[in-house]
Amino acid sequence: MQLTAIHENCSGCRTCLMACGLARFKEVNPSRAVLRINGLFPAPGVYRIDLCDQCGACADACPVEAITETDGVYTIDADLCTECLLCVEACPHGVMFIHPAETVPSKCNICGACAEACPRGAIVLTDESEKARAV
Amino acid sequence: MTLYGYAGQILRVDLSGPAIKKETLDPDLAENYIGGRGFVARMLWDEIPPGTEPFAPENMVVVATGPLTGHYLPGSGKTHFGTKSPASGGYGDGNMGGHFGPALKYAGYDAMVLTGKAGRPSYLVIDDDRVEIRDAASLWGKGAIQTEVALKKELGEDFEICTIGPAAENLVRYACISHDFGRQCGRTGIGTVWGSKNLKAVAVRGRKPLPVYDFDAAMEAGKRAYGDIYKKPGFTGWTPEGTAGITNFVNQVGAFPTRNFQTSWAAHHEQINGKKILERLKITDKGCFCCPIPCGKYGKVETARGTVYVEGPEFETIALFGGNCVLQTIEEVAWANQVCDELGLDTISGGAVAGFAIECFEKGLLTEEDFGQPVRFGDLDSVLHILGLIARREKIGDVLAEGVARAARTIGKGAEALAVHVKGLEWTGYECRNAPGMMLAYLTADVGAHHNRAWVLGKDVTGTDADVHALIEAGGSGERMAKSAVRGKARGVIDSQHLRPMFDVLGTCRLQMMELGFEVAHYEELSALITGRKRTWDELIAVSEKIWHLTRAFSAREIDGFGRKMDMPPPRLCREAILDGPNQGHFITEDEVNIMLDEYYAARGWNEDGIPTTATLERVGLDDVARNLNPHQPQ
Repeated sequence: MQLTAIHENCSGCRTCLMACGLARFKEVNPSRAVLRINGLFPAPGVYRIDLCDQCGACADACPVEAITETDGVYTIDADLCTECLLCVEACPHGVMFIHPAETVPSKCNICGACAEACPRGAIVLTDESEKARAV
Repeated sequence: MTLYGYAGQILRVDLSGPAIKKETLDPDLAENYIGGRGFVARMLWDEIPPGTEPFAPENMVVVATGPLTGHYLPGSGKTHFGTKSPASGGYGDGNMGGHFGPALKYAGYDAMVLTGKAGRPSYLVIDDDRVEIRDAASLWGKGAIQTEVALKKELGEDFEICTIGPAAENLVRYACISHDFGRQCGRTGIGTVWGSKNLKAVAVRGRKPLPVYDFDAAMEAGKRAYGDIYKKPGFTGWTPEGTAGITNFVNQVGAFPTRNFQTSWAAHHEQINGKKILERLKITDKGCFCCPIPCGKYGKVETARGTVYVEGPEFETIALFGGNCVLQTIEEVAWANQVCDELGLDTISGGAVAGFAIECFEKGLLTEEDFGQPVRFGDLDSVLHILGLIARREKIGDVLAEGVARAARTIGKGAEALAVHVKGLEWTGYECRNAPGMMLAYLTADVGAHHNRAWVLGKDVTGTDADVHALIEAGGSGERMAKSAVRGKARGVIDSQHLRPMFDVLGTCRLQMMELGFEVAHYEELSALITGRKRTWDELIAVSEKIWHLTRAFSAREIDGFGRKMDMPPPRLCREAILDGPNQGHFITEDEVNIMLDEYYAARGWNEDGIPTTATLERVGLDDVARNLNPHQPQ
């Protein structure tokens, strides 16, 4: 599975951030979300959706191998994490976060809540096999 | 005790001290006034010393969210602002979309109360628990949007920012508060009061959770609410053009203010409507927090003058600049919009004042010397020149900055006949000389001539309660309309005056309901699941009614000689016939207005001068207000 951003559909409403907070953390707290919407205003006047594409840069940066991949999804083992935050620095999309309420960084596990909640189809959850067929 | 739905604290900032105080949200305030507009109305009544001047440090600005603000439901991004209005001298409030209110709640505050006056230009930074006042010397004088650019750069993308522009700094009485590169709390001069307090901006970042009474059920109800919105015909039919989509309808039913309200129909409306925004300007839809039907249209305006970016124009801006100043193209309207946004001027009052000024010039009441150049309708240069004079208070701009009512008194020579306002607040985008219900709505709106409080134009024209999308779909005939009867309008106006402001109390947007017909039962259910306090919609509306009496009482307390005469229309709308279009020849006489006001006051339980009676105030639980307002009436 993969999350794909269709930036031109985004209206900046941030319902995706709300949904991420609800699904991942059971909180009404969009600051928890492990994706970001950046408004590029006044010019060029567009939104940019930053999503985790499971590139693995975080795992490469982790000095204690606390981030591992299973079925294409990278997850953090909180017990192994030493809170060095090298993964946060390494994330090329700026979507690994250390929230003030946590000591361990948070990252996307492709649950798809953001895609399901987006009113405009700006985030799409696609199956790799579907993508392969489309190609 | 957890107050579910709420953040639980009120932030008080005395800019004179400066002193910052956090207090626990009073559960009685939440129970009796719910939030948003309710908090604003009660706090203004309780805390502003009677007789305070709007620009005195003792005046306060309340910035309040509602219990549903920042929660998972469509359109939960609203913030309500209130103050003693520099426009009317009475109750003033305004509502803003965007993302500021949710951020304030996530930082831990349901409301923020601003009092005092900073010794020098300042801005306020709220970062969860950390609250500080910073020096704004480098920002003072900057445009409202440019200030947001600067603060985003300094603080980061995840701060939500409200700013004022030069117009508010120079105490133009209709300056707005700006947010999110094109959202405004536009009306009643609340931005001006920030300017009077030397407050240039407020930036907030919030990272805390909001408590929810029944989390799982509220999430399911929220999901269903979005699902039901998606099924509404307006979801795909209304959203693309947003508020601008109503332009043709309003013109076809002869209610489009044109040429400083001399007439109500504009031949060039097809050049300045929602379709033209899509064809010529739009880059992206721009949505407020959690909104599935973004009315914001963000675009690029390319003209021989150069290129600017702007959110809008919304319908009101189209009406007041496209109709009232007769700007000919959507690019011209958008350009004026962008200039207002940067100056920090309300586009409604800005367009109304510009139209008034041009007519004063045409009729010889103002001269080329007053402006420094000739001005005329239909000319963007004239409009921009006037807006600049106003914002800088140069030449005649110093007089026009006071709004049409005060400016007309200063200009004299009969200028009052050209000033279209109620209680000192300029009229908005619906011309009412053959829409008596809508006329009554404007006359009795608590802040002055504003459509936000009640909108019954559709009912006036069609006799039905159809939602706006349905009205737009049906369209107006454009044919000559018979004169409407004025009797029997009060109940519909009162119902609308309770319904629409209810959303300002809950902290959500009303457009889902008003434009698409989204059912109010959703709010009843979501409110109960989020707050744990079950109330039927009728019980919620009863709170809205109480607030209406309270805001009326505030204005009655604060404005000398307040009464029926302040609910009368401006001379133009009750003495001059509409010049052309479907309502040519129509107007509503003063006698007819008095018939409507008699019916309205009686239905409200106000005396014949429009003052809430002791019995009425006590009926809605405002006994203390009754004692204060009517000390000589039997208790």
